[in-house]
Parts: sequence; structure tokens; C-alpha cells
Amino acid sequence: MKKSKFFNSLILNASLALICLLWTIPIVGLLISSFRDRIDINSSGWWTVFPHKDWIMVQRITPEPSVDRNQPMTLGGVTASFEEFLKGIEKNGQKFIWIGNRRIGYLEVQQYKWTANTTFTLENYKQVLSSGNYTAKLKDGTTQTSQGDSMNRAFLNSIAVSVPATVIPIALAAFAAYGFAWMKFPGRKMLFALVVGLLVIPLQIALIPILKDYVAIHVNGTFLAVWLAHTGFGLPLATYLLFNYISELPRDILEAAFVDGASHFTIFVQLILPLSVPALAAFAIFQFLWVWNDYLVALIFIGASPNNQLVTQRLAEIVGSRGQDWHLLTAGGFVTMLLPLVVFFSLQRFFVRGLTAGSVKG
Amino acid sequence: MFTSKPQSASKKLTLMIAAILPLAVSFIILAWGFFFVRDLQANNKDVPQLLIVLIAIVWGVGGVVLLFTTANFFVEQLPEKWTQRLVPFIFIGPAILMLTWALVLPTIRTIIASFYGVDSTKFVGLKNFIFVFTNSAMLEVFRNNLLWVVFGTALTVSAGLLIAVLADRSKFETLAKTLIFLPMAISFVGAGVIWNFIYAVKPAGAPQIGLLNAITTSFGGQPQAWTAFFTPWNNFFLIVIVIWLQTGYSMVLFSAAIKGIPSELLEAARVDGATEIQVFFRIMLPNILGTIIAVSTTIVIFTLKIFDVVWVMTGGQYGTSVIATEFYRQYFTYNNNGIGSAIAVVLFIAVIPVMIYNLRQFAQREAFK
Repeated sequence: MKKSKFFNSLILNASLALICLLWTIPIVGLLISSFRDRIDINSSGWWTVFPHKDWIMVQRITPEPSVDRNQPMTLGGVTASFEEFLKGIEKNGQKFIWIGNRRIGYLEVQQYKWTANTTFTLENYKQVLSSGNYTAKLKDGTTQTSQGDSMNRAFLNSIAVSVPATVIPIALAAFAAYGFAWMKFPGRKMLFALVVGLLVIPLQIALIPILKDYVAIHVNGTFLAVWLAHTGFGLPLATYLLFNYISELPRDILEAAFVDGASHFTIFVQLILPLSVPALAAFAIFQFLWVWNDYLVALIFIGASPNNQLVTQRLAEIVGSRGQDWHLLTAGGFVTMLLPLVVFFSLQRFFVRGLTAGSVKG
Repeated sequence: MFTSKPQSASKKLTLMIAAILPLAVSFIILAWGFFFVRDLQANNKDVPQLLIVLIAIVWGVGGVVLLFTTANFFVEQLPEKWTQRLVPFIFIGPAILMLTWALVLPTIRTIIASFYGVDSTKFVGLKNFIFVFTNSAMLEVFRNNLLWVVFGTALTVSAGLLIAVLADRSKFETLAKTLIFLPMAISFVGAGVIWNFIYAVKPAGAPQIGLLNAITTSFGGQPQAWTAFFTPWNNFFLIVIVIWLQTGYSMVLFSAAIKGIPSELLEAARVDGATEIQVFFRIMLPNILGTIIAVSTTIVIFTLKIFDVVWVMTGGQYGTSVIATEFYRQYFTYNNNGIGSAIAVVLFIAVIPVMIYNLRQFAQREAFK
């Protein structure tokens, strides 16, 4: 009995560990790759940074030009034709393999032994984070000049978009939630039904008309455009969640404040807001991550104006124009994730609470 | 509120001016800031980026605070009766205005535009919808979106449920849940890059740098461009990405729901000799059914609107286009306002049942009876 219990928990934890590994590997691969030399990334898998057994060159034999490569050659104690060398010959635990073409190639003697590709570099990050031309130093000593990816600028832009696009909808929603929860006014039920109805509306249906309004007042391509759009799109959920929280605060606290002659505004600012911090924080994290990670809204309302682009747009641009430059994609990818991951790890508790408060409604 | 004292006409007038003045000033400040931020951004060549960012944040956040404070101040200067009447609208007004401008009116405008032609000048009746529902490329789009909705939802929900159940009984619950939940913090574009790298393909014979092809070739298979010329299976390789991202969400909710099941219930079943599988199907599942439905609905809506992943991974090529990418292409690439709007309306119609369900739930709420 005891033995089978131990065995069960072993299977349980092993399968859980396997799933976690499966879930983590993609991020680990990206993170490791972002620190590898650009030549390495393109010629070997990122997992080769871990110790593994591989054929490693121990000797290079360059035959004299006078050697006839159309006849069997004797090199390093092995006699074989060019074709055989090209395929590779294994002898005494060594591998003899021809590298390059018939005329100017050479023979590599390789041995199967433990190795790890552990050359790491910060060049990839420097390049994606710089604007203007960037000259990268490569592992083989050469330099390569190319356009930086201006992710530094995009990072600031993303902050400039995300902070107001988080604060504004929360402020609007908190006021509205208080209004719906604690005030009586005509149309209260109908207006809240509107909020509920808009909870699931696909934002695609709103994009084109909003874009037309923006073009008419010349704000398209600015931060303002993105704030207002995110405010509108985030409001239904924000109002709904905050209403759920604020309407369940104890009634007697408020009544006591009213008796003391406090106005709604004072009660809201001095009493309700401090009491609602958990709900406000939960939604703030949610909205911040949503705005920071958003691509569609930025794509449409900021579009191509290069100075105002956000990190997701810059990254998508690298994918589109230089989809094989893995050194840029991996480093750029990690730059876009940096802030969300910090927020996530430091405020995970609030985030989880926000999610569960929003959706477990039976 | 201060109306109990009788007031002379001139006193009332000064009071009114005192009330209106801050409101007017804050409107002017806001309007000035609006143009300032807008124009800074339009030609920000020689202004330091950090400064623009700071001004933008101060104006955006400060503007909201200013607006609420002065509007409320204004209303509180009015006679008591009017304050009572108007204060609620100071509280809910901005949100309602914003919702109206950003969601209600656009929905109506898009529905109208869907009955008009390419540039919204000529009424074409149902022509756009007939195109949307009969064009063979559009039918493929619907098929793909159906794959997303069915497999994306089913797999995200079952993976989340499996992990929640496993983690609930493990000592490493917190760690495991954090790791599974982690991708939730990552953008779809970022996730696209991560998975593009896993699916990366090199010619046969060269060392594979993509994990999936490295595994395939180490078992003697041929390297494969998983997301490109591999129809219709490439759709599933895209769906995997969203499962990876969203399982954390379903897991967290299921985990909370499972913890909410009374432990006596589970103990009683176990004492009566029920196997773990029976406990799961007979007790856990019925108890968390509400959560399963809620999570499934959320993910169905989410997969219905899926855009970023497909756009970044394939651009909707190779038979992977979905409703949202087709919407983007029709409107922004082909400049076809009519068909673009019609596709958006189709998305809208698809969520109406959920909308009605939500409204019904709302109608039964105590707070509004």
C-alpha cells in the first residue's frame, strides 16, 4: 500500500515535470539563442550549448597541390578516393572528412568527444537596441555593419502607450463602477446592460470607424489614438470587474460616511479607492499586459510612422523583413518580453486573483 | 449642497462663474495638451523621445484626474437638487461616452458600411455578404477559423484541466503553475517568434537549428517547413502556439474551481472505494462544469478573433488565413471597405449568442432587480 502510494506520486510528479519542461523549453531556447553569436545560431541548435558528444576537429590536413585528387590519396594514414573522403571515413575512433571542393578543400580529422558551444555575446541585444547603423563584432573577428532595430525607442514608446492606456480606462471604470453600485439614477439598469453586452464585442468591428474619426482629426499615428482606442476596448471588462468588487463593499461604511455629510466624490476618493486596491491592481496588471502585448490596435492606429512604433510592431517588422536573422529575432523577442515578465513575476498574485474574480461566475 | 442659505442674484452669478471657470480652464488645458501631444508626435525629429513620453503620460493621466475633479466641483456648486441629479452622470458619463464612441457607434457604422460598396458610397444590399459566404477563399477562411475554435478550445481546456488536477495533488504545485502560466505574459508576436524558431527549417543535410526539425531528422525524417507548405496541417502548428499561451489561463481557473469543491465530498467518495478516475468524472467534473463552460466560452471568443499569431507566422498565406486576418487584408490591402465591414459583422454575429447569454445572467442579478 505504502509502496504504491510512493509510486503514484512519482508518476504524478514525473508527468507534471515533463509537461512543465515542455512548456518552458520554447522560452529557454529563445533566451539562450539571444546570447549566441549570429554565426553560431545559424549553424547549430541552441541545445548544443549544453555538454554533448559530437565530432570535433582535432587535426586539419591540407594536401599538397601536386596530389592528384582523382586518384586514391593517402592522408593521415588512410587511403581513399576523394568521393569516399567527402562522405567521411571512420577509422580507429576517428573520422576523416573532406571539407570544401576537390581543388582547394582540405581533410578534417575529427574525434567524437564531449563538447559545448559556450561562446556568448551581447552583440545581438546591442544591435536591436540601437538606432542608426550598428557595427557588430563577430566571433570570427570580422565586423558587420547593418541598421539597428531602434528597439530602445520602441521600448519607451510602449511605456508611453501602456501607462495611460492602463490608467485612463481604470479611472473611468472605477468612477462608473461606483456610480452603478451606489447611486440611483434613471437608466441605471439599461446603461449597465450596455456594459455587459459590450463585454464580448470583437474589436474588429470598431476599428474602421474609429480609424476614420482619427484621420478626420489628424491624430492617427500618435499615442493619443492608441490610448483612446484601448480605453474604449478595455472599459467594458474594467467596469464590470470593478462593479463586482465595489458593489460588494460593506454598506455600513458608506452609510456612516454619508451621515457625516461627505459627498460622493469624497467618499469615492477617500474611501472606495483605497478599499478597492486589490481589484484595481488586478485589472491594472491585466490591462497593462494586454496593451503592452497588443499588436493589432498598434498596427492600425500607429501604423507605419517609424518614430512612434511599439515593441510588438518593431518585432513583427523584423519577422517580416529579416525572418532568418535569428540573432535579431531572439534578442528582439526577449526585449519585448522583458517588462511583462518582470510585472508577471512581481505581481503574479494580483494577476491570478484578477483572472479568477473575472471569470469564475458559474 | 450649500443651498440652505438664501442667496442674492449677484452672489449666485459669482458662484456660477467660480464653478464654471475651473471647468473651462481644464478644458482649455486638455485641448492645448491634445494639440501639443499630437503635433509633437507628428514631427518629433529634434525633441528627445523621453521628454515626449513624459509629457504624453502626464497629459494623459493628469487629464483624466483634472476632468473628473473639475466636473465634480462644478456640479457640487449647483443647487442641491441639481447636484443630486447630475452627480451620477459625472461618475458614469465619461465611461458611457467612451463606450458609445469606441464601441456602440462603430458597430452601427460598420453594419451600415457592410451594405455599401468598396468606398462606402454605393448601396449594394447583401452583395458583400453573398461574397463572404460563397467565395472559395472565404470558405477556407471559415474552415480554418472552425479548426481554431474547435481544436484550440478543446485542447486548451483539456490541457488546463489535466495540469490543474495533476498540480492539485503535487507538492510542487506553485512552481508548476507558475511555469505553465508564464507564457500568459508574452505577446503573440513574441510567441510567434519563439515558435517560428522551433519550427525553423534548414535544407536536408545541414544541421537543423529548429528544435522540431532537429528531432524529426534525428529519427531519420525529412526536414519539413511546418507552417508553410504543409496544408492543412500547418493550421495545427499555429494552433499549438495559442494552446501554449492560453493553457495557463484555463489552468488557473480550473485550479481555483477544484479547490472550491468541498473536501468532504471527495473524501467520502474515496472512502466508499471510488477510483481516482471515478472521482474525477463523477465528482470533480460535475462540480466545476460552470467554470468549464465559462472558460470554454472565453477561449471560443478568443480563438474566433485570433489575428496576431497568424499574421506574424504566415501572414495568412499557405491556407492559414482566418476571419480576422482576412478582415485586415480586405480593408487595408485591397481597400475594400464593404467586404472588410461584412467580415467584421460576421464576427459580431458569431458572438451574439454569448452576448445574449451574458445579458440574461445579468437580468437575474440581485443588484439590479
